[in-house]
Amino acid sequence: MGFSKTTNGAGIAVVKVEGQLIVGNRQELKTLVQEGLDHGERKFLIDCGQTGYIDSSGLGALVSLAKKVRDLGGELRIAGLNDDLRSLFELTKLDTLFHISPTADEALAGF
Amino acid sequence: MDDPAAPLRLCVRRTPSRAGAPESVALQLPADVRCVEEAVELMARHCCAGAPVSSRTRFRLRVLLAEAISNSILFGAGGDPARQVRVEAELTDQQIRLQVTDDGPGFDPRDVPDPTLPDGLARCIGRGLFLIRSLADQVEFNDQGNTIWMTLPRC
Repeated sequence: MGFSKTTNGAGIAVVKVEGQLIVGNRQELKTLVQEGLDHGERKFLIDCGQTGYIDSSGLGALVSLAKKVRDLGGELRIAGLNDDLRSLFELTKLDTLFHISPTADEALAGF
Repeated sequence: MDDPAAPLRLCVRRTPSRAGAPESVALQLPADVRCVEEAVELMARHCCAGAPVSSRTRFRLRVLLAEAISNSILFGAGGDPARQVRVEAELTDQQIRLQVTDDGPGFDPRDVPDPTLPDGLARCIGRGLFLIRSLADQVEFNDQGNTIWMTLPRC
């Protein structure tokens, strides 16, 4: 459980969120993406295909990271949301703020 | 100060002699965000045990618990692990009624702005209470604003 980051041949950093993204671990995600930015990475895909639930702190971390990446000329996208997770983005209207793909493969193909 | 690495303990009360009487579950945890996930899992697992609870309700239950507990830890108890947050659930066959209490000064839930308005959308904070109101069937506060009750179906 936790976060893992790999970078594909096209230079897209894929961060898998396994388990929860909540107040207790959001800083780990922020650190992981910041390290990528520090190494010059600008395209990030947050893969939630193995994510259990996300709380408002987790959503806030994604908003904060997306802004940080955008300010450096990059983009952060999200993929793999199940119906429950997607409903959180829809309720909070964050689905209008993020590029959300059904699967990581689809997101990578169009990134 | 409680050790955040120490296991949390549930206190379960049953009244088996009275058919249909609610069962109650209680948990006290230090105001440390590292304890949230374990507290959520303990409470959620017990709330769902022995009942035909749908995956949608299980999800709502976990998010509601996570939101209310982390709000109490961060804003009620100021993230001070020496202070405590108390979580209770009253269970009937039909319903789960959650209660989360901290020892802080409380807040006025009417003062919390709608995070879905255009000027709030890009903010990094302020979605917790909105999610609670969206996911629970019923939400109530005490007058002081340091106890919240959230109700959802047990199915």
